[in-house]
Amino acid sequence: MQVARAKPLIFAVTLYPVFRWIWLAFNDGLTANPPEFLIRSSGIWALVALCLTLSVTPLRRLLGQPVLIRCRRMLGLFAFFYSTLHILGWAFWERDWSLASMWGDIVQRPFIAIGVIAFVPMTAMAFTSTSGWMRRMGHHWQTLHRSIYVIVALSVWHFWLVRSGKNDFFEPYVYGVVVAALLLARVGYVVRKRGWFRL
Amino acid sequence: MAKMKIPSIAASEITPERIWRSRRRWMQGVGAGAIAAGAGALLPARADNAASGLRGAPNPDYFVPEKLTSERDVATYNNFYEFGTGKNDPSDHGASMKTRPWTVTIEGEVERPRTFDIDELLKLAAIEERVYRLRCVEAWSMVIPWEGYPLSVLLKKVQPTSKARYIEFVTALQPENMPGASAGILDWPYVEALRMDEAMHPLTMLVMGVYGKPLPNQNGAPVRVVIPWKYGFKSGKSIVKIRLVDEMPLTSWNKAAPHEYGFYANVNPDVAHPRWSQATERRIGGNLFTPRAKTLMFNGYADQVASLYTGMDLQRYY
Repeated sequence: MQVARAKPLIFAVTLYPVFRWIWLAFNDGLTANPPEFLIRSSGIWALVALCLTLSVTPLRRLLGQPVLIRCRRMLGLFAFFYSTLHILGWAFWERDWSLASMWGDIVQRPFIAIGVIAFVPMTAMAFTSTSGWMRRMGHHWQTLHRSIYVIVALSVWHFWLVRSGKNDFFEPYVYGVVVAALLLARVGYVVRKRGWFRL
Repeated sequence: MAKMKIPSIAASEITPERIWRSRRRWMQGVGAGAIAAGAGALLPARADNAASGLRGAPNPDYFVPEKLTSERDVATYNNFYEFGTGKNDPSDHGASMKTRPWTVTIEGEVERPRTFDIDELLKLAAIEERVYRLRCVEAWSMVIPWEGYPLSVLLKKVQPTSKARYIEFVTALQPENMPGASAGILDWPYVEALRMDEAMHPLTMLVMGVYGKPLPNQNGAPVRVVIPWKYGFKSGKSIVKIRLVDEMPLTSWNKAAPHEYGFYANVNPDVAHPRWSQATERRIGGNLFTPRAKTLMFNGYADQVASLYTGMDLQRYY
């Protein structure tokens, strides 16, 4: 499988949201409230990238293509990229770069706190994503990078709380089901591998 | 985002619609006057009240000297959950709502309960144009020219009894024409309510048009109320029934999320929504670098309405 050749393609595809925003910006398509649109859109794409990152392992087991692992870091970094834009959008358009105002928002509002808490280990993961750090950290690397399970759960919870005011849980529910399936696939794999359960 | 295209005519050269409309109206008036003088016939007070237009005389006492939100943004960015929760859902799906025939029934604590046809409502009083601020509870705002008259004009026709302390607005529910009404987001039909003195306040408006035209469906055709010092959700759209009662009615949002949406819902920068601050707002129509604006107490109408709430703890009665 030509994963090395596919990588630039995957890179371009994952940049699609950015190209779409630019296109919409020049075609009057960012709705009447562009800041709100961009904050929401970047949040959704961060969640999509997280799900794609989490789907690499089940997919390579399912397809018997271990080499797919080579895409995982890039997808994970895209999740970090869109999360960063999401947070910067909030800091600029909602909080006007004021640290005091950001802090106030975090301590007053659980959904903001949850989003920020999810972003902390994500930053650490992005920082330690290089081969050098993998080597240096040894088995601690995997421990740290397993926090993606917590991050994705917090992200769905964050999205759920955002929508709770509108009583409109359809989208967070869909992401919740996808994430649950991706996590259950791992549990199923471990259970089968260790022979805890045989069909 | 600002458009990057360089317009061939400078924006400042283009006569705003308000101005050219008023010029046209003036010329029509002169023309009509000449005809009336010549023929000695009495013409209807407003010749432009045809199906295409609905523009009242601008009322200078109710005018906000700020840049109007574009007609397009007013028509394509709003909430009307019966058509879906997206801001563009009302304009995308609103067309299917049937707005004729349409009646508004007024009942409850009134001496003369009555059902008004929409055509009667349009002729009940002279339509005037008022430019109001609109502040959504979601912390965005607009400046909108509404066409209508004070709600008190209508209420006086039915003579509220002494027991009428609150007023409830029941809005249309047409499940077959409203894709969002099948979702259990709110307990349909949408119900809003005011205290009687709020309803009788001169600022409270019965609205049939916006931007000199009959209301588009998504903005609450054919008739709605506008209460400019309260968050937008208090201003019920597409009203079919008005009930005067003696006990505080349970309103849709208050019922769905009482800790987020109170009965009063007065615009108040000091009382935060549980999920966001109300201290500032984003004025629709700015670009990506336009800073947020400070939200004003009672949405800038404190001089007119603060006395309604004297002695009331506005932190508690939000």
